[in-house]
Amino acid sequence: MKRMSAAAAGLTVLALSACGGGDPLETDDDGAEDTAAENGGALTVGSQQYYSNTVLAEIYAQVLEQEGYEIQREYEIGQREVYIPELESGAIDVFPEYTGNLLDYFDPENEPGDAEEVHAALGEALPEGLEALDYAEATDQDSYVVTEEFAQEHDLQTVGDLAEVEQDLRIAANSEFETRPYGIEGLAETYGVELELVPVEDSGGPLTLGALLDGEVEVANIYSADPAIEDNDLVILEDTESLVLPQNVVPIVSDNVDEAAREALLQVQAVLDQQQLLDINSHSQTTQDSPGDVAQWWLEEQGMLD
Amino acid sequence: MNHLMEAVSVLLDPDAWSGPSGFGARMLEHLWYTGLALLISAALALPVGLLVGHTGRWRALAVISSGMVRALPTLGVITLAALFVGIGLTAPMIAFVVLAIPSILAGAYAGVESVNPATKDAATAQGMSGWQVLLRVEIPLGLPLIIGGLRNATLQVVATATLAAYVGAGGLGRQLFLGLRTQDYPLMLAASLAVILLAIVLDALFELSQRLLRRRMGVV
Repeated sequence: MKRMSAAAAGLTVLALSACGGGDPLETDDDGAEDTAAENGGALTVGSQQYYSNTVLAEIYAQVLEQEGYEIQREYEIGQREVYIPELESGAIDVFPEYTGNLLDYFDPENEPGDAEEVHAALGEALPEGLEALDYAEATDQDSYVVTEEFAQEHDLQTVGDLAEVEQDLRIAANSEFETRPYGIEGLAETYGVELELVPVEDSGGPLTLGALLDGEVEVANIYSADPAIEDNDLVILEDTESLVLPQNVVPIVSDNVDEAAREALLQVQAVLDQQQLLDINSHSQTTQDSPGDVAQWWLEEQGMLD
Repeated sequence: MNHLMEAVSVLLDPDAWSGPSGFGARMLEHLWYTGLALLISAALALPVGLLVGHTGRWRALAVISSGMVRALPTLGVITLAALFVGIGLTAPMIAFVVLAIPSILAGAYAGVESVNPATKDAATAQGMSGWQVLLRVEIPLGLPLIIGGLRNATLQVVATATLAAYVGAGGLGRQLFLGLRTQDYPLMLAASLAVILLAIVLDALFELSQRLLRRRMGVV
């Protein structure tokens, strides 16, 4: 029995060390750094575990490939806690990010502001060796959404207009909406809008949408780049007081990314407005194509691929 | 370990228990969901299970179908149901009933089958009708197993009822999801501990009732 457990322990150790040696990021690190330093040829692009983010990463990757860079792909990395250290160490060179959330990560005490201010604050908050290129007009952020019918009935354009509605209002959102600064407390303080939270935990997905369309809630928290907004003629209420931290799409690049590569990425940033991001996500959801195919489709539409 | 201490101190704070969204109210909701789900599933599964056990017919069907239902992931059932019936309590209740039925069904037919065939024959030989055999012999003698099925179902439902909060209903899942979404792990752990506490209390009640029953029946 004793021998058995010793053998089992040995196997475990073996398995563990095999895992350690097999870390793909580790090996890419060396490879990417060497070649990038020598001839500026190889770069690693990463993405979050979110289909829209991976398509953006793939767009960056294909644009860079067209410029002659050799691209390594490290997609679908779950948490910032995991991939930020990889960016800092130079294992990943390009990462599509969102200004507000990334600022929150590096500087949780940040002052809310508009897109420009948040981008500037992010530039200062980023550690040595990382840089945020220009942000795109496109954002993927929490937004307060109502049906077109409800908006017309109560003449709603901004979030503040909700204060004039003479009925009890409910909002479908993740439960974190109870405590986040842009949640029900923030809405009451900033806009004087009282909402009852109906927690639906699918992050603005089909259940949240269904609750809004069925009239079980009057307001829903849906991300601004969700094609469901357009598909269902929903109205995004304008957040005039910048309660929600702006989440403009921004590429984070390491020192390995040279001028020519930055130029190429900036060309994407220049055309990526809200409609384009919605088109990308909509195309991705309807065709269910791979991120690579969606990115290629969009870049061809833009005439950015030869 | 730190999280655990903080979670315990959350649970020991009287403020956390009061109010319409405090632990007290949520625990009552949680109990209510569990009770309702058990009531519905018992009403559906007990008659069928007793019938299957008594007649011996459709036994394979009952075993296979309840086995298949057991394999359904509850969160998937809730999401699917909610897409049809909307948010609120209906969708999770459907999922909890689906979750509870196999255990209750199995307990019921196994309970009836566990009765010694000689005893049943004796009852029939004394002139009892099929119904009388079922009501006076099979159910009383099979009761420990029948209650065992209810006990299993209760444990499963009370542990799973946190998912009601996924689609806008209440229960202890509210604190759990809030903790999860805001990285407030002590709160999340506190909610989990409250669910565990509830499960232990309910299970102890079943244990007690089963013991009393055995004593009454003269089985030690």
